[in-house]
Amino acid sequence: MHTKKLKFIVGTIVILGAVLALAITGMEESKAYYQTVPELKAMGVKAEGRRIRVAGDVVVGSIERHEEGVVTFVIDYEGESLPVRYVGRGPVPDTLVDRAQAVAEGTLEADGTFEATLVQAKCASKYEAAYEEGKIVTE
Amino acid sequence: MHHLGNFSLMAILVIAAYAVIASLLGVKRGSVKLTKSGERALLACTALSTTACFSLVWLLMKSDFRFEYVASYSNRELPFFYKLASLWAGNDGSLLFWSWLMLLFSGIAVVTNRNKNRELMPYVVATLGAAALFFTYLNYFVTNPFGQLGIITAAGTESWAPVDGRGLNPLLQHPIMAIHPPILYIGYVGFIVPFAFCIAALASGRLGSEWIAATRRWTLVAWFFLGTGIILGGRWAYVELGWGGYWAWDPVENAAFLPWLTGTAYLHSVIIQQRKGMLKIWNVVLVAATYLLCVFGTFLTRSGIVSSVHAFAESDFAQIFLVFIVSATVLCTGLILYRLPQLKSENELDSMVSRESGFLYNNLLFLVAAFAVLWGTMYPVLSEALQGEKAMVGPAWFNKVNVPIFLGLLALTGIGPLLAWRKSSFESLRRNFTWPLVLSLATAAVLFAFGMRHGYALITFALSMLVTVTIVQEFHKGALTRKAHKGTSYGAALVDLTLVNTQRYGGYIVHFGIVLIFIGVAGMAFDSDVKADVSPGESVHVSGYDVKLLGMKNGETPNYEWLSSELEVSKNGKVVGVYEPQKHLYKASQQPTSEVRRHATWVEDVYLVFGSTTAENKATIQVFVKPLVRWVWIGGIVMFLGTVVTLVPDRRELKLVQRSKAEAQQRLATKGKEKYEVA
Repeated sequence: MHTKKLKFIVGTIVILGAVLALAITGMEESKAYYQTVPELKAMGVKAEGRRIRVAGDVVVGSIERHEEGVVTFVIDYEGESLPVRYVGRGPVPDTLVDRAQAVAEGTLEADGTFEATLVQAKCASKYEAAYEEGKIVTE
Repeated sequence: MHHLGNFSLMAILVIAAYAVIASLLGVKRGSVKLTKSGERALLACTALSTTACFSLVWLLMKSDFRFEYVASYSNRELPFFYKLASLWAGNDGSLLFWSWLMLLFSGIAVVTNRNKNRELMPYVVATLGAAALFFTYLNYFVTNPFGQLGIITAAGTESWAPVDGRGLNPLLQHPIMAIHPPILYIGYVGFIVPFAFCIAALASGRLGSEWIAATRRWTLVAWFFLGTGIILGGRWAYVELGWGGYWAWDPVENAAFLPWLTGTAYLHSVIIQQRKGMLKIWNVVLVAATYLLCVFGTFLTRSGIVSSVHAFAESDFAQIFLVFIVSATVLCTGLILYRLPQLKSENELDSMVSRESGFLYNNLLFLVAAFAVLWGTMYPVLSEALQGEKAMVGPAWFNKVNVPIFLGLLALTGIGPLLAWRKSSFESLRRNFTWPLVLSLATAAVLFAFGMRHGYALITFALSMLVTVTIVQEFHKGALTRKAHKGTSYGAALVDLTLVNTQRYGGYIVHFGIVLIFIGVAGMAFDSDVKADVSPGESVHVSGYDVKLLGMKNGETPNYEWLSSELEVSKNGKVVGVYEPQKHLYKASQQPTSEVRRHATWVEDVYLVFGSTTAENKATIQVFVKPLVRWVWIGGIVMFLGTVVTLVPDRRELKLVQRSKAEAQQRLATKGKEKYEVA
């Protein structure tokens, strides 16, 4: 009886060990750090080569579409702005419009441009601006 | 109307609290009158919740833009069906809808069980009532959808309504998306009934087959809706979002996948409890974990704690939600520890090569997968807490960890059913596994000979063959025996066989659906795509297809403006179709969307996206060729059919019901005096 239990436990350990090994090696390959625009700028040279996720609001009028689906835009976070150049395979999401909250994943290039391979965006609510100005309240 | 809604919510708070107290007090005092009164109170909550939900639907239908929710998620020109869908488009409305579904299920569970499971019912009602109390508290105080818009003037705050609403998010204006949330919610919410019975079993100490028999259908139905919701979500992402995929390991997708994983583990391990009386603690833990993961998923989706493409706006109820999850977890853990001595196994594992150990490994792999997905999803939070630096892991990580686990599960799907209970002899192994193994290796060899070099894809196709052959073998052997025994035709024997043991043979059909999904997913290994700016008359080439831009058009409807590109798709020089992928600009929200077009076949999909027009009046188009993707959807349909078969009552199940009734009567007899009436 005990040997059977032991065998099962050994099997379990082998499976858990294999999964853990995959999880750890995979972590090295695909980990990306969240950084705000000011944090990213403060990092300077240290940021090079590191996969980073950075978020901010799309600056009005900054979205430009270039050849082969490359899209450039500027994001702003608490007054600091960052130029982003999207070079990913897929099209940019339709939700990437002026004032949208965007998340870009990629690396910081030497010229200070953020080269993104992935962009996600969420539209800001029309009312949010009005709320911030204190014009509209909810009861 | 909003007064009626608010009043209903307030009334639920009072009456649900009463239902909890009356039920528990009823048990303590042995008063049937009180416990029955608790049941009726819960039914009243169902009616009130229906009223509250109806009030919001009414406001949406009337386009009453004085209300923030209506103004934010609907607009005048929105078609009727989508006005209804606005109910679950935003956080506040969807949470109200969630509560309504929960109380609807609670009501059904009370009506269908109150004459059968008298001793469990008070605890069931108390659990359901407590959950209703929590969610209604959120509905009324934290995410009240009946809030009105106001404008600050010199004279103070005045009521204010915009001329038109912001409109339903255009991405949600799609038939699948309109039904995907309710279906997913039914899955999420449905697990509350098995959970309530599980808590009742623990609290009352009636840990036999009674609660399992009472919840088998609920578990299957909830599991089925959860799975269907996930597949529909994938289908929607595929046909609507325009990035060419259907699964991205996004936190919200994972949130739904987690309870599906533990729920699937439970559906398997419960079979061992039925057969062998083993794994009682384990099953209780799995049911509790599944429900808690459902609540956790809801929390994850709405709290904005992990950023996600689908997440609703960040809301401030994170703490309240955490309190609920933590207290429910503490309650479950406490009850399980308290009943631990009674949850002892009636049998032990006999052999490594047995059906039991197959199920154990199945459970192990499901749980490891669930843990890995949970870890990856929560990594931003965990890394910040542990290392002080917020980091995340992408789809590449999830795939790397999960693909081997799921291939292991696929292998077990083939091996498990061929192993005998207790211990498989070498002779039976040889007899059962010869054909599946030969054919599966042959599949791999043929694919390799034709030049397939992708390791995981080869393994997937080989294992798919293994599972398919074992399923066919099982049906065939059973039908032959039955045919010889009863003298009926082969076809009749097949049908008869399935109906005698719907749980087993329906399960095989579900397994076959899973195989088809694996085949469809493996197709991803051979995806190809091309992105280019083209002028009318120019073509792009990818995987044997030529896609030529014929021209561009534009126009508008009351709801949106559109721009389309006319694309001619040909394969090996032969035109196979002309498609018009579009770009819509929704007027109310000023949001653009891509309308993808697909040339879909049984072998592969050609997926056409119209990105934009460039300054030189060229069209940016992207073409994906996606092999085998249709089989994912077909697999989903097969799973649906298989689940329906498992829901048909069979002879074995009738036996289980009889046994639980006998158990109940025995208990009553040994108790001496009859505390509860058995109708």
